[in-house]
Amino acid sequence: MHELAVTQSVLEIALRHAAQAGARRICGLYLVIGQLSSVVDDSVAFYWDMISRDTIAQGAALHFRRVPVEMLCLDCDRRYTPEKEDLACPVCSGRRVRLVAGDQLQLESIDIET
Amino acid sequence: MPERIPVVEDILSANDRLALENRARLDAAGVFSLNMMASPGAGKTSIVERTIRALSGEMRVGVINGDLATSIDADRAAAAGAQAVQVNTGGECHLDAVMLRGGMEHISLDRIDLLLVENVGNLICPAAFRLGTHRSVLVASVPEGADKPYKYPGTYRGVDVLLINKIDLLPYVDFDMPYFRSGVEILNPGLVTFPVSCRTGEGLDAWFDWVRRAAERPG
Repeated sequence: MHELAVTQSVLEIALRHAAQAGARRICGLYLVIGQLSSVVDDSVAFYWDMISRDTIAQGAALHFRRVPVEMLCLDCDRRYTPEKEDLACPVCSGRRVRLVAGDQLQLESIDIET
Repeated sequence: MPERIPVVEDILSANDRLALENRARLDAAGVFSLNMMASPGAGKTSIVERTIRALSGEMRVGVINGDLATSIDADRAAAAGAQAVQVNTGGECHLDAVMLRGGMEHISLDRIDLLLVENVGNLICPAAFRLGTHRSVLVASVPEGADKPYKYPGTYRGVDVLLINKIDLLPYVDFDMPYFRSGVEILNPGLVTFPVSCRTGEGLDAWFDWVRRAAERPG
């Protein structure tokens, strides 16, 4: 839904790190996207082609790593990925739970040529 | 050969930094602020109007409305007695910290005590963008259906207070309150919740009291 804003931020961060490293070109970007973050890969790729044009990141490949939702049950200490809409612990039915993964939205690394 | 260099940055960190600046400006001006989120039609603007009318005797209220194109909401807030500014997002589905900063340029922060930020009607995107406001408020409404916490966990888990609006319609719609509240509870344990009706006024006094108390302890 808000992929344009996300893609613009990705470009800014990548260009800043590339400049610090003295890069001539950015050829790849590695993104980590939690399932909960509602970001659609295809939309990011679509905007990427438009906004990276005429920058040193033009034509760079986007690599997406999707991170599934992972919950921790505070009652039985089990880590699990919820299967259904209900987020309760599948082992003990505990409802005191905490999200431990799946909401991240990160640029992990970039491939550059110097 | 290309070389891989680590970055490890949150993609929205620039927005988060600007949100902190917005917060600092609000704190310096002594303004308490609320980010009001909801799906379209849940009653955000009606809640804002009611809140302005109830509190304007004791607090000076400002409103920043995020909307795709029109100024209908800001006009309603101004008619209710607030200093109101419309931020047209130009199609963006949410407000972000930059847009809020732009809106704050057009409001006299030294002449208000409470700033209500009415976000774009949407249960997905606004939750991802911090604005710098002191608390986040979600307005749900019973005609939307009780499954919303399950479908939009990102929004429900990030808010500080929940209003369940249009409870006057409970006899007429199939809204499974225990199912709804159970979904909310697992995502956001102990979330402060006010069932209200803007139409009848039921429950609103408790919400106004919450705003008064929260404004005394903004931190």
